[in-house]
Formats: sequence, structure tokens, C-alpha cells
Amino acid sequence: MSVFSLKNKTILITGASSGIGKAMAIACAQAGATLIISGRNKERLEHTFTMLEGSNHLAFATDLSTTQGVKLLVDFVPKIDGFVSNAGIVEPLLLQFIETSDIEKTLHINAISVIELTRLLLQEKKIKKGASLVFTSSINGNKCAYIGSSLYAASKAMLTGFMKAIALELAPKGIRANTIEPGMIETELLKNSDISLEDLENDKQNYPLKRYGKPEEVAYAAIFLLSDASSWTTGTNMLLDGGYTLH
Amino acid sequence: MEMNEFIKNFANQFDDTDANEFIPETLFRELEEWSSLNALAVMNMIAKKYATKLTPEEMKTAQTIQELFDLVASKK
Ligand SMILES: NC(=O)c1ccc[n+]([C@@H]2O[C@H](COP(=O)([O-])OP(=O)(O)OC[C@H]3O[C@@H](n4cnc5c(N)ncnc54)[C@H](OP(=O)(O)O)[C@@H]3O)[C@@H](O)[C@H]2O)c1
Repeated sequence: MSVFSLKNKTILITGASSGIGKAMAIACAQAGATLIISGRNKERLEHTFTMLEGSNHLAFATDLSTTQGVKLLVDFVPKIDGFVSNAGIVEPLLLQFIETSDIEKTLHINAISVIELTRLLLQEKKIKKGASLVFTSSINGNKCAYIGSSLYAASKAMLTGFMKAIALELAPKGIRANTIEPGMIETELLKNSDISLEDLENDKQNYPLKRYGKPEEVAYAAIFLLSDASSWTTGTNMLLDGGYTLH
Repeated sequence: MEMNEFIKNFANQFDDTDANEFIPETLFRELEEWSSLNALAVMNMIAKKYATKLTPEEMKTAQTIQELFDLVASKK
């Protein structure tokens, strides 16, 4: 159905060198989009690049934890019809061990740099009228929380507040903003979660659908939010959690 | 790395267990207070105090405080 197509749309995806962002890039290219993919690791980013259907895509490796890295990306991108902010990290740490540097690191990569990137794209007039902005948030911090995740949860809740305010501000330009809130998705991120493989297997039983999500399943939600099929959807958090937070 | 110091840091992650219970031979997983929360606390402690990141799988191989100490020492 053409309303779900991303044909003639130029879309920027960060965190495209791995996991969810990579699956989003591959699926958005299949849906007809012209992409600018970004990630930190050049090799992994190039690997994603080789998997993109179609032509005219661009790739730009940059470290979004630095202001300079964000600026370089903004300079590089052409005018866009869509943006998925997806780069993020998880570093489980109990409150009693948190130092200032930990607060700065997680909040910076997961939230502050996202705000920086979005405001610079807007100020540099890179976001076209009618564009769609999608932020990969999480159930964590918005619908529930996990032990050791206070910084991550805070960073993801920040994205929700930010998204809602800009959804209002940018509505007159027809620009929409939404978050996606995934539950556990099978990616590299889980390996940094400090949860043992055995505990991860057991945790899947807490999901009514009895499994974790796949990166592609998050990508399909992004396609919906980036496409004209969601033209009346703005300011929402799209929950994708296999029913986990029903309990 | 020094064992007495390690034991002190380890014991610090517990609230109710008597300090005398922590010796190199202690089978820490059998302590009444042991839980997944202490496990994360011990992993965080090792990351912060010994600049060594253990995976949950590595952590599971240690049964005694001595074994955990040796594991951290081997990774340093
Ligand atoms: N997996 C889950 O269960 C889950 C659940 C809810 C929400 N999420 C969210 O989904 C998003 C993607 O996560 P994922 O699971 O796909 O994780 P992942 O496989 O670890 O991918 C993370 C991506 O973020 C990029 N990134 C990290 N730090 C960066 C930096 N300083 N500068 C630029 N790029 C940086 C990584 O780039 P490099 O690889 O090139 O370093 C990578 O492309 C994150 O925002 C995460 O919080 C994940």
C-alpha cells in the first residue's frame, strides 16, 4: 500500500551501525527511502550501508557524544523528510556507585545530544515542512523501570518530555514528533545489560508473547511513523513490548 | 590487589550479614542476604574500584570470595 511507502523521502537515521538502527535502515531502504545513515564505528556503518536496497544513500560516521560530532553530521545532511534518533547506550549502575561522569555520559549520549541534533537540524533548516521525527525511547523510564537503570530511565523519560513539547511547537509546520518505546529487543545492547544469558531466557517468560522483540519489528513501527500512514499521529509514545507492561 | 581490601569492599555491598562471615573461603552465593541485587552491586564495585568489567557469565564461575578475587586479578 503506497501510504506506507517511503518513496521520495530522505531520512536520517542515527545509531544505524548496529541493532535496531541497522534494521531500521535496511527496512526503510526497502520501503523506498533515500537514507543518510550515521553511527560511530565506521566499519559497522559501512556494513549496514552495503545492505541498503536502492541508490543515492549516504553514510557518515561520527561520535555524537561530542558537540563537534553532532555539528559535523548536521553540516553533512541534506534537507530531510524524516529523522530517527536511535543512538543510545546502557550502562547498568546502582545509584550508590554513580559518579558525576556517569551521569554526564549516559544523559549526554541518550538525551542531550539528541536535543542538540534536533535543534541544530531545525535551526539549519534541514527539516522540511511535513517531516516526521522519531525518537527511540524505551519502556524503561516511561512505563516501568529496572534495577541499575536510573540514568538510562531518566535519559529515556527526557526524550518523552522533549518530544511532546516539540510536537506542539512544530505542528504549525506540519512536522510531527513521536517516540517508540520498545521492551527488550534482541541486540548487542543486551550484552551490555549485565544480565546473564540464563536470566535473559527466564525474563522472556515475563512477556505475554513469550519472547523478546526483533529489531525488524521496531523498524516496522518506525516506517509507520515516518510514512504518510501516520499523518495524524503526533506527540505519542508507541509502545512495542510484546505485552510486557500489561501486568 | 590486596585480599583484605577486596573483602572489605565485598562486605560493603551487604547490609545484614555479619562482617566476620566474609573470609576468602566464604561461599557467598549461600549467604542468606545474597540476591541478584548484591550480584549487580558486586559487579559495579569491581568495575569502579578495580576498573575491571566482569560479564555475568564470568561472575557465575566464582563460588568463593577467593575465586572472585582471582578472577578480577586475572583480568587486571
Ligand atoms: N535493545 C533493547 O532491548 C532496547 C530496548 C529499548 C530501547 N532501546 C533503544 O534502542 C536504541 C538502539 O539500541 P540497540 O539495541 O540497537 O543497541 P546497539 O545495538 O548497541 O546500537 C546502538 C547504536 O548507537 C550508536 N551509538 C552509541 N553511542 C554513540 C555515540 N557516542 N555516537 C554515535 N553513535 C553512538 C552505536 O554506534 P556504534 O555501534 O557505531 O558505536 C549503535 O549504532 C537505543 O537508543 C536504545 O536505548 C533498545
